[in-house]
Amino acid sequence: MADLESRNCPIPRVQYEHVLMGHGSGGKMTADLIRQTFLPLLADETLARLEDQATLTLSPSGDSPVRLALTTDSFVVQPIFFPGGDIGQLAVHGTVNDLAVGGARPLYLAAAFILEEGLPLADLQKIVASMRLACEEAGVRLVTADTKVVDRGKGDKIFITTTGVGIVPSNCRLSIQAARPGDRILVSGTVGDHGIAIMSVREGIEFETILESDTAPLVDLAQSLLAACPDIRCMRDPTRGGLSSALHELADGSRVGIRLVEAAIPLRDEVRAACEMLGLDPLYVASEGKLIAVVPSEDAERALAALRAHPLGRNAAIIGDVVAEHPGMVTICPPLGGERIVTMLAGEQLPRIC
Amino acid sequence: MKFLDEYRDPIAADKLLRLIDQKTTRSWTIMEICGGQSHTIIKYGIDELLPPQISLVHGPGCPVCVTPVEQIDKAVRMASQPDVIFCSFGDMLRVPGRQGDLLSAKAGGGDVRIVYSPLDCLRVATENPQRTVVFFAVGFETTAPANAMAVWQAKRRGITNFAVLVSHVLVPPAMQALLSNPNHRIQGFLAAGHVCTVMGYDEYEPLAEQFRVPIVVTGFEPLDMLEGFYRCVSMLEEGRYGVENAYTRVVRREGNPQARALLEEVFEVTDYKWRGIGVIPQSGYRLRPEYAGFDAELRFPGEAVEKLGQAPCSYAKSSQNTDVRSEPVPFFHSLGAESGADDADSTLCISGQILQGLKKPPECAAFRTSCTPERPLGATMVSSEGACAAYYHFGRLQAASAANDFPAPVEGTHRG
Amino acid sequence: MCLGIPGKIIKIYREHDLLMGKIDFGGIVKQACLETLPELVIGDYVLIHVGFALAKLDEAEAQQIFSFLEAMNDLAELQPLPNEDANGGD
Repeated sequence: MADLESRNCPIPRVQYEHVLMGHGSGGKMTADLIRQTFLPLLADETLARLEDQATLTLSPSGDSPVRLALTTDSFVVQPIFFPGGDIGQLAVHGTVNDLAVGGARPLYLAAAFILEEGLPLADLQKIVASMRLACEEAGVRLVTADTKVVDRGKGDKIFITTTGVGIVPSNCRLSIQAARPGDRILVSGTVGDHGIAIMSVREGIEFETILESDTAPLVDLAQSLLAACPDIRCMRDPTRGGLSSALHELADGSRVGIRLVEAAIPLRDEVRAACEMLGLDPLYVASEGKLIAVVPSEDAERALAALRAHPLGRNAAIIGDVVAEHPGMVTICPPLGGERIVTMLAGEQLPRIC
Repeated sequence: MKFLDEYRDPIAADKLLRLIDQKTTRSWTIMEICGGQSHTIIKYGIDELLPPQISLVHGPGCPVCVTPVEQIDKAVRMASQPDVIFCSFGDMLRVPGRQGDLLSAKAGGGDVRIVYSPLDCLRVATENPQRTVVFFAVGFETTAPANAMAVWQAKRRGITNFAVLVSHVLVPPAMQALLSNPNHRIQGFLAAGHVCTVMGYDEYEPLAEQFRVPIVVTGFEPLDMLEGFYRCVSMLEEGRYGVENAYTRVVRREGNPQARALLEEVFEVTDYKWRGIGVIPQSGYRLRPEYAGFDAELRFPGEAVEKLGQAPCSYAKSSQNTDVRSEPVPFFHSLGAESGADDADSTLCISGQILQGLKKPPECAAFRTSCTPERPLGATMVSSEGACAAYYHFGRLQAASAANDFPAPVEGTHRG
Repeated sequence: MCLGIPGKIIKIYREHDLLMGKIDFGGIVKQACLETLPELVIGDYVLIHVGFALAKLDEAEAQQIFSFLEAMNDLAELQPLPNEDANGGD
């Protein structure tokens, strides 16, 4: 059954006894769940940095150290086939991108499948074939996998977890703690395409559109950017929770303020129209083939040119600045002037009538 | 998008702001009724851009602020029944009741679904003949015709596994109630433009006459709001009162007659209880007896439905009260046993006074301390469009910026 | 209670004996009930709220505010705002 969760009307209570859908939204509830449950119990300093991937230094005796990037992600999207892609493609791109934005060259994936009894084999075949193509495109090998089946009703057709490893160059110091006041923030293209494409086929709010998910591997784009801007501070991919969640994580991680310019954020007409109709804010809608980059201001134009030279970055734009004021907060300057706070999404966004 | 983008033009907005600035010579307090208008004001920072003498009061115009907690409780109860598919607009899913909200009901196993249009529920009903589809029919007069159509169609098509939980409120009685309090501070109104597309604006003329206030029918885009403020301020400065229509591209004086006829057919007016305010006479809708078969409250009776007559407003008494006090009159007593109001909201909460413009959120003892968006005590903090939530978020920015000495030149900002 | 946006009617049809339309919102298309506005034709712009048409958009009236601002332009130079000086802002 299709499902999304509340925007900020109204704000939920802090104490929960059960897991709610909002805990999976990428917003404040997710952040709280991670901070209050996972981090204290798992107590690992690398984990606690909350980067998109873990960068680990392996020092085999006698050889120079190797920096390994490791990341994992689960994919539960509904519907499993959506305009522009499927859950298989997403599962490859999502993990590959988490590695890529950390500056890593992704090499290998592992995949675990949880299949619901009754899933048509033809669907499974399509999804797996899709994954094979996505791996080839991203230049990674899927080298190990596992499959489980659960009773009908205990799983939503198919869940996929992918884990990826890659190598991080020794001189690469990307981190969400690295942003500094004066840095500029870029996005590689239009935001919200994926989230709206999914909504267009969600029962209860479906609509007709040519819009497709932007799911894509970002390895090449990230590498071009790194080559043009070795001093880049950080990259993130704004998936669930959209631009807002990714930028809040950055503001928090680096203890800086972020100030966006609303008119500068690239949006497709279809995404705008859908957001207007449903009362959604594009700042909170997921992308799956875009990255955000924080660069020193003197490198901003060069970074922009590098992005725009790449097919996946044609609509890249500079969308804001890192500032010293209001550390930890993200603000936005609306087109008529002034500045307002971008509130952290509590749960996921819901269509509204008010 | 045509008929939308033009009304967001920064150059035109700038001109209107200058015009407003030139007009404004004194302090004025203006209320916008509709939550959607509050949303635009906050989103575009219009309250920051207007001259400082203009004080805005955000009206009781959003579903969170007005839906009585009893209706939420009923919704949660119905949604928890195994043979019910509970359909709702997204806005209502996180409104807290006394037994949690609809999303908690879903987490507990209830089949709760979001719909974009009430008519979608009929499809759900025909696809699930073994279960009953209950639709949470909330809203102002704007939404009432769509909700009425769903019921009317269900009757016409003989769809019997469909029912509505009605929680409709009407704007003019709320304005009447606000204006009848001799201590209110609101000097002008921006009337809810989309409500008026349905109902027209002839209902506001007697109000404007009786209370000698300007009421400007206003749209929702930034230029619409600025034009509304400009006209309202002009009337105030010139000592004029009455109703003006600044949303002529969709509002006609008679509204939408066919929609009004549909409302007449399906609904009748009743006394209604507004969360955080109390009972306002003749301010809500209920289904007419001919449509009682679609009334979810009759199909799923729970604890006895609270008789609205038991918590009468003291409006009639207070209007005879010549003792002018700075405390709110009992009719707008924030919350407590006297008004028969919600146990779910705290007695610390002064949202009633906020809604009248008597107090501003920073003057509330609980503001930011025991009452925050994460732990709201009352309606005006629960909703992101409520005055208290708006002040909370805006205020945080001012406080945070004041704490730093850095100048803030940012490319692309036009002013401030 | 008031989220209504304008869209262009690109198709009119009947479904379950209700007058319905396909509305183009500039990139996405969604159906809406036109029953209370039977005089609408293809090409009209209409205000839609929760899948329901509330009012037809009057194109002439839609221009009013812009004509008004034009007229104000012609009348006099709009004075600068008090905080608009060398700094260009706060």
